[in-house]
Amino acid sequence: MDTFLLEAMINGILLGGVFALLTIGLNLIFGVIDVVWIAYTELVMVGMYAIYCLYSGLGLPLLVACLIAVAFVTVLGALVHFLIIAPILDSPPINQLLATGGLLFFLQSFATLLFTTDFRNIGVRLPSLQLGGMFISTARLLAFIVALIAVTCLYLFLKYTYWGLAIRAIAQDRHIIGLMGIDQRWAYGITSAIGGALAGLAACLLVLQYDIQPFIGNSFGPIVWMNCVFGGLGNLVGGFLSAFIVSEIIAISGYYISTDLSYACAFAAFIVIMFFKPRGIFSK
Amino acid sequence: MKRNLLFLLGVVVITAVLLLIGVPVYTMHILVQVLLWGAICSGWTLLGRFGITSMGHGAFVGIGAYGVVLLWNHLGITPWLGVPIAAAAAMLLAFAVGYPCFKLRVVGRNFSLVTMAMAVVVQLTIIAARDVTGGSLGLTPKAQTSAPLLALQFPNKNVAFLFALGFWLVVLWVMTRLNASMTSLSLAASAEQEDAAEAIGINVAREKLKVLLLSAAVTAVGGALLGQYLMYINPETLSGSPVSLQILYASIAGGMYTVLGPTIGSGLTLALTESLRVLFGTRFIGAANTIYGLMLILFVIFMPQGIWGTILSKLQGRTSRRARSLL
Repeated sequence: MDTFLLEAMINGILLGGVFALLTIGLNLIFGVIDVVWIAYTELVMVGMYAIYCLYSGLGLPLLVACLIAVAFVTVLGALVHFLIIAPILDSPPINQLLATGGLLFFLQSFATLLFTTDFRNIGVRLPSLQLGGMFISTARLLAFIVALIAVTCLYLFLKYTYWGLAIRAIAQDRHIIGLMGIDQRWAYGITSAIGGALAGLAACLLVLQYDIQPFIGNSFGPIVWMNCVFGGLGNLVGGFLSAFIVSEIIAISGYYISTDLSYACAFAAFIVIMFFKPRGIFSK
Repeated sequence: MKRNLLFLLGVVVITAVLLLIGVPVYTMHILVQVLLWGAICSGWTLLGRFGITSMGHGAFVGIGAYGVVLLWNHLGITPWLGVPIAAAAAMLLAFAVGYPCFKLRVVGRNFSLVTMAMAVVVQLTIIAARDVTGGSLGLTPKAQTSAPLLALQFPNKNVAFLFALGFWLVVLWVMTRLNASMTSLSLAASAEQEDAAEAIGINVAREKLKVLLLSAAVTAVGGALLGQYLMYINPETLSGSPVSLQILYASIAGGMYTVLGPTIGSGLTLALTESLRVLFGTRFIGAANTIYGLMLILFVIFMPQGIWGTILSKLQGRTSRRARSLL
């Protein structure tokens, strides 16, 4: 096989790691609370700016800055739920979509107001690994590994803790859950906070690879929603796998067609799949 | 009907007064944009008011604007022909996406996401075809200085205003006609219960498709006129998902269950952006949209009928969510 194709495919899988993190975060929120946060990747942008301020601005060590940023975005995730979603929990789903869309405008513009549209970066660049004629980005490899660890932790949390059980129960039947003595509001809040935490973690991983600007969420947002729908909204395993499938589509079509059109190809594939498998490619 | 005539008369009188007393160029510039965006948003509500929330109308705006300018710049085809061609192209895309969507029952949130993907594909294609379209840098129609109207160009703001007004009135007329039609009743029925609507013999997919095509055409023409008026088009400002979101938010903020709501929504949006720009200059880029975003959240939470919808239902003492009022 062509080395360049192999390199593209490996980078595609590594790229899939961060996408998987975000897809699972969004899908968890969808499965449990039944809302789509259009502004989900804007939380990543907020996290990236937080790291930028703490690391480049205040001069904290990178790891500490990352931890604080994750905590910050976790709180933000919970706030989004309690301030925006909770009051309209009973409205039609489309209203919730629209409210979080308003949040998208708000966060993007607020970031523009604070930081202007200049591209910023924290000045940390990890070297590339050379492996038999192929170049593999260390930042992506790191992101991939951390993402896998985080997903495993989330799995263990959902599987073995009380609130994990409660969250899974709600995803199965949200109406009966009150009868089991579980406070839905807490379960929703915790889910949103986990969603925020995953976005914050993704921010830590992406800040090593990309420049920060207020509209960076636009470059990931549509892909992440697409992954969710692709794998079946609310289906965590499906979302996880589809993150890798979609990033492979992007990587391979980038190789065969053009890097400009690779995202367009992924979206076109998405549209076609929605026609035939509206509940995701893993639905029966 | 009488009310519509009165409304038309009012518009004519106001226009005549505006043109006679001579409005400042800047105000005219805003008015033209309000009318064109108002028409585009009204085009969106044709479909949006039936709970079919397209998040991809930016694609049609983009095809309208780019189609006309590309035909004019590269092939020398006058925009008078270019506009119908571009509208037809937008309808073709709407058909290609809408037909399978409606046939295969892609509804609700899924329809929104599919249409948003459509807008992203169109935007990325425009950017990728940078040899022809100028990519992210945008494109300027070749100026026709001797007889600008032959190329549908408007160096004179008053002429542009009359064109925009004419188009806007046509769109409002289409809206009221559609409101009074069987199609509207069918779609209202299918918005409540799609299966029940099918059971009483409504071909839901066909009715939806009809309205989607109409809506795509209106949006494309609006986009084309906007491009011709601004004399500069750009994939960020005239296609893609942010534009799609702006269209649907302006409609919702104004009130999508009313005829004037979408126009009022886009007027308020533009007024807010412009007044903040005038107040703060370029010091606070993003301030307008920060406030706008907050307003949207508050609207969805507290005023889902939009401004005009809320005012109307207060006036009429009605609380029905789909106040089917004419104005």
